[in-house]
Amino acid sequence: MAPVLPATASAAPAARRRGRAAYVLLLPGMTWLAVFFAIPFVTLFMTSLQQPVPGKSGKYAFGLEFGNYVTSMTEYWPQFVRSFAYAGIATLLALLIAYPLAYFIAFKGGRWRSLLLVLVIAPSFASFLLRTYAWRTILADDGPITSTLNALHLLPDGRVLNTGIAVVAGLTYNFLPFMILPLYAALEKIDHRLIEAAGDLYASASTAFRKVTWPLSMPGVVAGTLLTFIPAAGDYINAELLGSTKDRMIGNAIQTNFIEFRDYPTASALSFVLMAAILILVFTYIRRAGTEELV
Amino acid sequence: MGARPVEDLHLVSLTKAFGDMVAVDDLTLTIPAGSFFALLGASGCGKTTTLRMIAGLEDPTSGSIRIGEQDVTGLKAYRRPVNTVFQSYALFPHLDIFENVAFGLRRRRVKNIKPKVNAMLELVQLGPMARRKPSQLSGGQQQRVAVARALINEPDVLLLDEPLGALDLKLRRQMQIELKRIQTEVGTTFVHVTHDQEEAMTMADTVAVMNAGRIEQLGHPAEIYELPRSAFVANFLGQSNLIEGQRQDDGDMVTVVAHGVAFRLLRSRNAAAGGSVIVGVRPEKITVVDAADAARVPDGHNQVAGTVTDVSYSGVSTQYLIRARWGQELIVFEQNVIVGDRCDVGDEVVMHWAPEHSFGLDGSQDVYAGVEPAVLELEAAQ
Repeated sequence: MAPVLPATASAAPAARRRGRAAYVLLLPGMTWLAVFFAIPFVTLFMTSLQQPVPGKSGKYAFGLEFGNYVTSMTEYWPQFVRSFAYAGIATLLALLIAYPLAYFIAFKGGRWRSLLLVLVIAPSFASFLLRTYAWRTILADDGPITSTLNALHLLPDGRVLNTGIAVVAGLTYNFLPFMILPLYAALEKIDHRLIEAAGDLYASASTAFRKVTWPLSMPGVVAGTLLTFIPAAGDYINAELLGSTKDRMIGNAIQTNFIEFRDYPTASALSFVLMAAILILVFTYIRRAGTEELV
Repeated sequence: MGARPVEDLHLVSLTKAFGDMVAVDDLTLTIPAGSFFALLGASGCGKTTTLRMIAGLEDPTSGSIRIGEQDVTGLKAYRRPVNTVFQSYALFPHLDIFENVAFGLRRRRVKNIKPKVNAMLELVQLGPMARRKPSQLSGGQQQRVAVARALINEPDVLLLDEPLGALDLKLRRQMQIELKRIQTEVGTTFVHVTHDQEEAMTMADTVAVMNAGRIEQLGHPAEIYELPRSAFVANFLGQSNLIEGQRQDDGDMVTVVAHGVAFRLLRSRNAAAGGSVIVGVRPEKITVVDAADAARVPDGHNQVAGTVTDVSYSGVSTQYLIRARWGQELIVFEQNVIVGDRCDVGDEVVMHWAPEHSFGLDGSQDVYAGVEPAVLELEAAQ
């Protein structure tokens, strides 16, 4: 660069070049989103409004059949309710299991931290399907868990497999790492001196937890519950493999409509209702949790 | 504030070992009620460990801590009448300033919190900031919140762990005055841990210099500065010229001969029991005259001839480095009150000082004890 030139003369094109570079770098991502998200989204929405072609079963044509939405809700509301109930219980259980574990790793893990975290993720190296299938053995009618629970007369049906309990257990197990990791990330960031300061200011260990550790870990709790609840609510593998036909979730309904009945409009409408319901739940939840104040 | 009588803090044979490492070694100390007490030392000397033991954040290996008649050694932190201003403050980021300050009162279920918190925020001049979050405050303001949050509980003892360490120089000066004002106003005992000797001297009415888990010397800042009792204190608290020699004869004055030069000092200012003595003198006590004017040196003054090797002018004073005949470089501060020529590098001069300004230290010590490592490296490089 020639030093005699005023700095602005050469800086302006450089800035413009930098600006262009940013757009160029964004291009692959934007293209990806357009092709694999935006366009399918619109297509799916249009499919959800299609009408059957008269006289040709299994054929659908363009339409504005909002009735598909009415059917999907009137016919499948039990599956919706069950999905959110199962996912909700699984999320709560995962939180109860994950919080002490993440707390232990973050505060007491010391030099074992990384190893412990790897152990948390390690099961995910095996196939999701296989791991869920393995639960059929764990919860089998003649297995140790079921017999123990039966001996204690804790099971109304006398079995675990092919009941809602098995589905919830599977969901909890499968999505547990998604709860542990964000919780760990949030807890690990907490300055230990804040807990000391709370103790110095007359807070007992449990009060210090309630007033300092818990509120400061809220971002992790919110992230963890969302990352568990959202995929769990849409899941169908767990209900398929571990539940009976009475324990079907909305994912199963979508799957059956798509693959077995080839009723694409109903399946698409169900997907959209699920999406909308999750969005509404998530937004109310984030509002209530008030996480924006924590940052 | 302070309706109930404030009590003295007693540390008795307090010891803390981490494995083989003894951080605090048999420390016995009484900190009078209402005093501003500074624990001064380099990092790793055990001062913070001592503070944490008083706070109840660390259990002593042995020894006890009493406040007045009450033994608090076994009490949990939240049961002690002690509060801490933490290094880098440890303010609760999810609570606003008001709730940070109210935290201790709420835990003790004190009634009618609002006026108390507001009065405390007034004391630290943060009234309008009550509803802000800590992250919205400057370093100096956060530090005042930390002081308010601790003081509002009216502790018997307020512990301050390097409270000004995170502030820049100008703000630090301001906060030194501010903390001193608050202490005078509330009358609580302040125990202040710092590695900054100037901070300790300007704020505290008693300074304890700590080294390797023990207290080297304790007293009023001026007392310690004027009459250090160990090489560590002489070097760590300000600067000193230390010259190693042998005791020759004892009259009213002790005479010590070093490198063929006789130095005289008052018997009462000699801490050395044996024959080998380190003679010390503070840099500002020395007067420098041109070698040609050596005759003008007052009778009885200690004198050392030398060559000026470095002159640095700093406005208020000038610092000289002068090499004595035996090769040791002595440091001299001269107030810039003299009209006319100052000494230049290469000048032959005579340094002199009154015997009353000398002090004697036990000769078995390392004369470099307590000198900052960076300074030692510089000297080694020359």
